[in-house]
Amino acid sequence: MNNLTPSTLYLATAIALIVVGFAGLLVRRNLLKMVLGFALVDTGIHLLIATLGSSPGKSAPILNTAELAADPGLVVDPVPQALVLTAIVIGLGVTALMLAYVVRLFALKKTLDVSEFGRLKW
Amino acid sequence: MIYLDLLICLVTVLAGVAAMRSQNLVSAAVMVGVVSLMVSYLFLRMGAPDVAMTEAAIGAGLSTLIFLIAIRRTEEEEG
Amino acid sequence: MKHVFSLVLLLVMGGMLWNLIPLGQPTEPGEVASHYIQHGIEENRGANLVTSVIVNYRGFDTLGEVTVLFLSVAGAGFVLRRREGLEPQVARPSSEILQTGARMLFAPLIVFGAYIFVHGHLSPGGGFQGGAVVASAVMLLLLADRDHRLPHGFMSLLESFAGLAFVLVGLAGLLVAGSFLSNQGVLPLGTWNRLFSGGVIPVIYILVGLKVGTELSVLLETMMNSGRPAEHTGGEK
Repeated sequence: MNNLTPSTLYLATAIALIVVGFAGLLVRRNLLKMVLGFALVDTGIHLLIATLGSSPGKSAPILNTAELAADPGLVVDPVPQALVLTAIVIGLGVTALMLAYVVRLFALKKTLDVSEFGRLKW
Repeated sequence: MIYLDLLICLVTVLAGVAAMRSQNLVSAAVMVGVVSLMVSYLFLRMGAPDVAMTEAAIGAGLSTLIFLIAIRRTEEEEG
Repeated sequence: MKHVFSLVLLLVMGGMLWNLIPLGQPTEPGEVASHYIQHGIEENRGANLVTSVIVNYRGFDTLGEVTVLFLSVAGAGFVLRRREGLEPQVARPSSEILQTGARMLFAPLIVFGAYIFVHGHLSPGGGFQGGAVVASAVMLLLLADRDHRLPHGFMSLLESFAGLAFVLVGLAGLLVAGSFLSNQGVLPLGTWNRLFSGGVIPVIYILVGLKVGTELSVLLETMMNSGRPAEHTGGEK
């Protein structure tokens, strides 16, 4: 573990989450499991973007002490964090809409198996 | 401090795998909530407290709640 | 056969993503981000740089995000309208601990959520986090009393008012200073690190917090209770 910087570790975790979530999405046939796989892929992508925008050793971008306000070169880049914050909230909205569709589809056919929904017309 | 980070990352990936492999839907939803909580700790470690707070409140809180509501509404009626 | 195909696809994806790791080594922030860091305080007087980026420098994206959230909640409400097939669930009354605990915790949770989004420009927090906490408090109330119905008329009025006020604040910036959602000159900027500082940033974030909180509460209630006939106490579904 000689060159295992924190950034490398977090990136590897994010990639593992994306691959695991995508695997669950492809293999499972239960609709709710597929939505859970989507949620895992979402979380992995957020971790990936936030890690690519961070740099170890610098502190958080909140300038509320005098020495941080005097030398703002000590803080992390704030732009990727703003993007990830937006993405998390929108991810919740999309997940909620997907789950509403799943509930409606279950009420129609009383099954959660995705291979039953092959036809385009309800 | 890197050993704590290593442990948390390991728990994250293992919980993700357990969520996808589990047969019980409720435990899968709770595992996804655990993944969100661990990822929120990792956000804090890389210097992003705003993002950590948002992920904990929305990912580990509201998202798990919505999954449990959906599971309740799609279980087959018995009897 | 299907599993072999999936495995190959996952290996290719993992290989492509693995090449991102050398890119993840820490670099200096680019030109635009350096401008935000260096001049963030003198232009906005807000201590939280992420809030200044979200509300002021990228304020238009926040307006778009609030719209997308509204669209997803409206879509979920539309899909789960009352129709035959969506049967109401039999609700057991909740236990004594839940009812008492919910009554005790509801008011402090709302105050905590309001505290988070009022102090968004001084400490980590802001509209989205505070809105999520407020929605959790309302969800606690819905869990404790299964027949409780939210006042839909009041909620929709509050949400529409907050959204409209956001756009009006942006237009005020247009009239006063020449660009939409501008921060110069609409409200006094104040001194650094005090509560009443930052121009329009606290005002916008309070409106965003109210809007997100009511939207998420209505979403949770729709997913729990739609399709169930019950007596309404006010407003109509």
